[in-house]
Amino acid sequence: MTAQNVLFDAPGPRARARSRIFSVVTVLAGLALLALIYLGLNRSFGEGAPPLSSPQAWQVNPEGQWTAERWAPFLAAETWTGYIVPGLQNTLTAALYAAVLAILFGMVFGIGRLSQHAPIRWISGAVVEFFRGIPLLMLIFFTMALPLAVNQLLTAIGSDPLPPRTFQVDAMAAVIVGLTLYNGSVLAEVFRAGINAVPKGQAEAAESLGMRRTQVLWLIQIPQAVTSMMPAIVAQLVVLLKDSALGYIIAFPELLRGFSLIGTRYGNVIPAAIICAVIYIVINISLSRLAIWLERRNARRGRASARATAAPGMQEPPAGPEGPAPVGPAPDAPGKP
Amino acid sequence: MEAFLGNLDKVIDGFSWTVRLTLLSALFSFILGVILTAMRVSPVPMMRGLATVYVEGIRNTPLTLVLLFCGLGINSALGVSLAGSVQWDVFWWAVIGLSAYTACFVSESLRSGVNTVPLGQVEAARSLGLTFTQNLRLIVLPQALRSVVGPLGSVLIALTKNTTIASVAGLGVQEASRQMKLMFDQGVAPVIPTFIGFAIGFLILTLPTGFFFSWLSKRAAVAR
Repeated sequence: MTAQNVLFDAPGPRARARSRIFSVVTVLAGLALLALIYLGLNRSFGEGAPPLSSPQAWQVNPEGQWTAERWAPFLAAETWTGYIVPGLQNTLTAALYAAVLAILFGMVFGIGRLSQHAPIRWISGAVVEFFRGIPLLMLIFFTMALPLAVNQLLTAIGSDPLPPRTFQVDAMAAVIVGLTLYNGSVLAEVFRAGINAVPKGQAEAAESLGMRRTQVLWLIQIPQAVTSMMPAIVAQLVVLLKDSALGYIIAFPELLRGFSLIGTRYGNVIPAAIICAVIYIVINISLSRLAIWLERRNARRGRASARATAAPGMQEPPAGPEGPAPVGPAPDAPGKP
Repeated sequence: MEAFLGNLDKVIDGFSWTVRLTLLSALFSFILGVILTAMRVSPVPMMRGLATVYVEGIRNTPLTLVLLFCGLGINSALGVSLAGSVQWDVFWWAVIGLSAYTACFVSESLRSGVNTVPLGQVEAARSLGLTFTQNLRLIVLPQALRSVVGPLGSVLIALTKNTTIASVAGLGVQEASRQMKLMFDQGVAPVIPTFIGFAIGFLILTLPTGFFFSWLSKRAAVAR
């Protein structure tokens, strides 16, 4: 018996019959939902619309979102070259810069939280908890307002404000800074958990060989921690890529903004949203699969995978012994919202 | 700091919307999350499939897009309205979008909680003749819930922070981050104290939630 169906017995004739009934009910409910979406987007509801029993309600309404003209723009090359590909490029560029910077940020502050010097631990802890505890959008807004803040500071101390155009923050920079600070703080916790997960004897053995603390960290602990941290890092990169869509809000011309422009230009908001969602889902599911593959590889090699599950203000969950055999279906990547 | 304190009524109004969005979305996403989890471990393959497609689809879509779909797509473009006044109309659409998105993460947490329930518990229940529904309701879910109190707390904190997106994605709920942006844009409020003030506001919401759930998860933990 697989872990999949431990919650219920191997079905007998009655259970199979019941299961078939539920399957049919589910399919009908799913179809009803699809029909509702179809009719809703077809503008078949509301005043003046034909009754649902008539065939007119089910035909493609020229006012609705299902007309060929509303989907045709996605077959035209200039939609892709003009909006989608540049948008995707910007999204991926911002995500790539932010990923590299966030990993660096995470390493610095994750290791900082493990420092032997209490002030470094406190400062790193405060930085990490602060950036994890406030919304990413606020960080982006604040970064956008930095030139204003600098001028206000300069005025407050009595000097002249900066001449115009000497210090500006463009939208991409704001997105990258915001993503770096937030995801870097989450990754700092991943690094800390990963390094803590290396058996203590390793560090003790290295110290007894006369290695300095830095040597122990860089030569013994980090190389062993990296594999266990990889799944959590990749899962966090999915979060980062998804959050890059916040650039839409500050008019950064990324993927979502590209689709929103298409929606405004051709009046096909819903088709644009659907195709945009598909692109994000394909990219993110591929990345998630990579995280799962890394985690399974670790499990095969008998290594645990580090996770940063605790939210700001929460303590690390106790690392108990391996639990009993799982009951439900196997869990996916440790994706966090 | 005076400018920030002078606008205190706006700040409090902003955070009151944040709290309302958080609480209502938390309630609805929990209910939907439990239903999705039950479907994902159910004996009916169709239900498992439907719930998996939903969770994998929405989970991998940016929240900004989900809320834009609710706001610009359904509310504006199709003109589906949920309440008389614009203010409450966008509020309810934001609650729907946030709940639909957060339910996926509730379901993922609960499912990992189901995995922590020892096999013997389920086998014992089945050998007593409990049906799948009884098994889930009386044996599995109570234990699973206790073991995922911590992760659910993390989801709630993420939800609190995610409510900021409801202000911008075609909805314009007047929550805290929007109030902060408005103060920045008017150029009257000093940027750094305003930012710190709002950041403290969010930390006041998120940190105690974290401490509380941390305490609760220890208290609720199943002794094994």
